[in-house]
Amino acid sequence: MREVDARGLSCPEPLMLTAEALKKGNDPVRVLVTEPHQKMNVEKFAKDHGRKTTSTETEDGFAVVIE
Amino acid sequence: MAFCIACFIRDTAGALGLHSAEAVQYARPEIIGLVLGAFLISVATKEYRSTAGSSSMVRFVLGMILVIGSLVFLGCPLRMIIRMSAGDLNAWVALIGFILGVLILSLGTSLLKSSTSGPGSMHAPILLSLIGGLIFGAVAQKSRMCFAGSIRDVILMRNFDLLTIIGGFFVVMLIFNIATGRFVPAFDTPGVIAHSEHLWNILGMYAVGFAAVLAGGCPLRQLILAGQGSSDSAVTVLGMFAGAAAAHNFGLAASGTALDAETQELVAGAVPMNGKVAVILCIVVCFVIAFTNNRSEGK
Repeated sequence: MREVDARGLSCPEPLMLTAEALKKGNDPVRVLVTEPHQKMNVEKFAKDHGRKTTSTETEDGFAVVIE
Repeated sequence: MAFCIACFIRDTAGALGLHSAEAVQYARPEIIGLVLGAFLISVATKEYRSTAGSSSMVRFVLGMILVIGSLVFLGCPLRMIIRMSAGDLNAWVALIGFILGVLILSLGTSLLKSSTSGPGSMHAPILLSLIGGLIFGAVAQKSRMCFAGSIRDVILMRNFDLLTIIGGFFVVMLIFNIATGRFVPAFDTPGVIAHSEHLWNILGMYAVGFAAVLAGGCPLRQLILAGQGSSDSAVTVLGMFAGAAAAHNFGLAASGTALDAETQELVAGAVPMNGKVAVILCIVVCFVIAFTNNRSEGK
């Protein structure tokens, strides 16, 4: 699975990295972010692009799997 | 209730001696309250995280642009909404610019693909201001309230969550203003610090909208994010202080339309030439950042 590591980055960077990753293909992408509002933004963005998301809390933030 | 982040930053910058415009010097407890409120609630809800290092210096410049644009329009996005709810038509004109500024990136991202990543003496009692700021800061942190973000979400993601919060705020203010007889739909309402130079209202807010999208939040949101641990946003806030100092040291800030106390004549507010040049420069810098910076581009 492709992975986007946006940990420690501030808005709007996590979302732009996610957008870029989603443009490259329809395969699952795992996005790592640090803050809750970034998790929400990534989920919103993915859902708007017709993708499903599953989020889990990690040691240092959140992992959003976009399928 | 006059609440304006750019103006409060300007007043605080004045109080710290960063500029010497005497009418606007006061260390605003609201600003302190906002940051502290966001800090406390984020610690309480375990959302506090210290982060830094994503295009920090670019954010400093964006912070300057946020405040310079705001001071040419005479208000940050928050005050724009408050002015709109009081019937000030100049604020409605400026809204056009703000939306266009936020919109530019959604256009940019679709057209250019991923390459576009590309007055100090009038104040509420200190304790009241501080408490008001604390509560507002906590609410803003929890709700993720953001003026630029709400428009971005609607346009880019067709998501109305954030707009509902701003819309609710607008409706509450509107009802309050109508109930207390403060709703006057007009240009140049005496008592509202504003001016009617439409082009510069639009361009000033255009720069603010653009910079806000690039920086990931309006001036209010930057303060809140700084409170919850983002050093990047803290750098943006420092840039806002520098912008406020520049705005008054170099005569960029606009003046508001006011009634002359002696002659009883309405003196029209205006944007000085320096301010006009500064706004154009700010917009150019936004474009340069949007189209050259591969990582600090807009959402």
